[in-house]
Amino acid sequence: MSKSKVMWKRFRERLAEIRWEVRRRYYIFKENVNKKTAKPKAAVKGFFKKYLVQPFKKYICNPIKNGYVKFTKTKVGGFLHKYIFHPVAYFFNRFVFRPLGQVFNRNFFHAMIYLLPALILLCIFTFYPIINSIILAFYKNYTPVDKMFDGYTLDNFRDIIARPGFVAALRNTAIIVFISVPISVIISLFVAVMLNSIKRLKSFFQTIFFLPYVTNTIAIGLVFSYMFDYRYGLINKALKVLGIAAIHWKDAQASYFNAMTTLMIYIIWGSLAFKILVFTAGLQNIDKQYYDAAKVDGTTRWRIFRRITVPLLSPMIAYITITSLIGSFKTYTTVVAIYGEEGRTAGGKDLRTIVFYVYDYIMGGKALNPGELSRGAAASLILFGIILVFTLIQLYVSKKRVHY
Amino acid sequence: MEVRLEGLTKQFDETVAVDNLTVTLESGKLIGLLGPSGCGKSTTLYMISGLLKPTKGRIYFDDDDVTDLAPEKRGIGLVFQNYALYPHMTVLQNILFPLENLRINRKEALARAVEMAELVGIKELFDRKPSQLSGGQQQRVAIARALVKKPRVLLLDEPLSNLDARLRLQTREEIKRIQREVCITTIFVTHDQEEAMSISDEIIVMNKGVLQQKGAPQHVYNHPINLFVSKFLGNPPINTFEGSIKNGKIYVGDVELGVTKFKDQDVIIGIRPEDFRVDENGFMVKVDEIDCIGRDTTLHFTLGGKHTRALIPSDSVLGNPEYVHISVKPDKIHLFNTDEAGELVNE
Repeated sequence: MSKSKVMWKRFRERLAEIRWEVRRRYYIFKENVNKKTAKPKAAVKGFFKKYLVQPFKKYICNPIKNGYVKFTKTKVGGFLHKYIFHPVAYFFNRFVFRPLGQVFNRNFFHAMIYLLPALILLCIFTFYPIINSIILAFYKNYTPVDKMFDGYTLDNFRDIIARPGFVAALRNTAIIVFISVPISVIISLFVAVMLNSIKRLKSFFQTIFFLPYVTNTIAIGLVFSYMFDYRYGLINKALKVLGIAAIHWKDAQASYFNAMTTLMIYIIWGSLAFKILVFTAGLQNIDKQYYDAAKVDGTTRWRIFRRITVPLLSPMIAYITITSLIGSFKTYTTVVAIYGEEGRTAGGKDLRTIVFYVYDYIMGGKALNPGELSRGAAASLILFGIILVFTLIQLYVSKKRVHY
Repeated sequence: MEVRLEGLTKQFDETVAVDNLTVTLESGKLIGLLGPSGCGKSTTLYMISGLLKPTKGRIYFDDDDVTDLAPEKRGIGLVFQNYALYPHMTVLQNILFPLENLRINRKEALARAVEMAELVGIKELFDRKPSQLSGGQQQRVAIARALVKKPRVLLLDEPLSNLDARLRLQTREEIKRIQREVCITTIFVTHDQEEAMSISDEIIVMNKGVLQQKGAPQHVYNHPINLFVSKFLGNPPINTFEGSIKNGKIYVGDVELGVTKFKDQDVIIGIRPEDFRVDENGFMVKVDEIDCIGRDTTLHFTLGGKHTRALIPSDSVLGNPEYVHISVKPDKIHLFNTDEAGELVNE
């Protein structure tokens, strides 16, 4: 043998030795790791393994496996295994089961167990109706009695907009939203700041301001109805003491402006409670040292409010504005509480909001007529669209204005 | 400007936070209020700032009685422990905020802000929000904000406690430099004796709301007037022994440490670790442990039943000796009364 060949042989032998050594060390390492990480098995688990898993493997899996191995030893079986079964199994394993396993792993099932109750309820009572009402809005001449309809159409939207009073309803809703929301946010912000700055009887006043929130809307509405009564109402009596003539707030002779004002006072008062609660919570989270620092710098109270309190509270203000904006677009109960289901004063002044239209088509047996339910759905879609647009605008603005 | 406190007392419900504090803080100096947690040092600072009202006593800035003055009228700058920078304003807006309150026109305000920023070295950070700054930078912004309205006194509440160790050293120098440049009376609160010793011109040691000692750091360190001060200052801490004076000699057990002119009595003996020295004529101790750290070596031994540390130059012991002869440097033995106050022995 030539010298180089001998050298090559030695080299290969050495390589093999190294390989064996590496493998040996790796096994030792692995064994140690297993020893360290192996957890003591629970007795129940051991029981299952002994009486369920092992017999299953022994009497069912292994015979099948052995049979298949035997099958591959034959000529045809070997061919099939090599060119069909194995590649197909490999493919499924690699590209289907393994990725699926990565998604639907143990964590996923754990998460599902917790999410499922809420998810099922949401699907039944929220997602399904939403999708259904969207589809419903496009049906033509749909009758809920026999569930028949003549294809799809956009006429429902046109009908709704053309209906007398719908534009007035839009206007009413807009007035309620753009006047009651800013006013109630500002008032509740001031009340919260005042509440935060008093020391004694703080929780007492907090409770008082929170009371409207836990009181029934209709009950408050009835009380307001009496308070704004022309002849017996508290408000007019108070005005009389001040020497002002009684005002027709909400009766047959009330003007649209007066009727709306009454409604607005009621809405604003009713919505203050929750806002004050949120703002007081937010104020308590602001570090007192900011106020101390401002005090040392001789900042006036108004400037502290404007330059420190409001910016630091801006996430809360944004949250409250968005939620109450959405809430006001859906105004219905408050109008009913004062003006009844008709949504009109006795003098015929129309105070209905968009939601009235949605209800109008569902309530009172009207829905059974062909196409009416679809128009209700169309009205609700229009409302949805409006709310969506305003919410997006609001989110865009607050992203720019809200600090940190 | 000189700050004078007279009989200052602050009582919170039952507890007395500051008890009859009378002290004069000299003009233009950097003064450290030092003491363990809850000793009333922060309360004192806040009373000087005006954010807290004293229960009793008066506060004078030079000859003005400012006790009943609102904080903004006192002309103070206050840096809070967590800086209290407004998170929604940029650095520039933060620094300008005090000036806006004073209704100074924008051009001049800006000039002053720039001047302050240059002083503390944060000019390139003007457009950042506080959350984008490191702890040290936030600290500087807070100092700039406090200084921009040209206060008569600068107050710092635990200025270094929120910084990491390396930054602490750096900021320490920085505060000293800024104080030298603007040359206003600066009072800062700390519980870290090393911090106080390293930067202040004068320290005031407090304990349980009572003034213990006031003086230059090195003087207080070398001549503590009571046991508390001697124990509070110094790292490693002072060694204390229960001993006695017999015939003008100081004994711990039967070991003679030195001589004194005081009469025979039981005393508490305090000896700083660095005041031991290796001495052939001294007493012999059995070495328990020996730590050699560069220049210095720490000897651990038991004296009078107490674990004792001695800090000696590394070259004075060789190898790992089992027994060492040591003595105490003359005049470095502090003798305290055995009662609770632990005052210096004076007769």
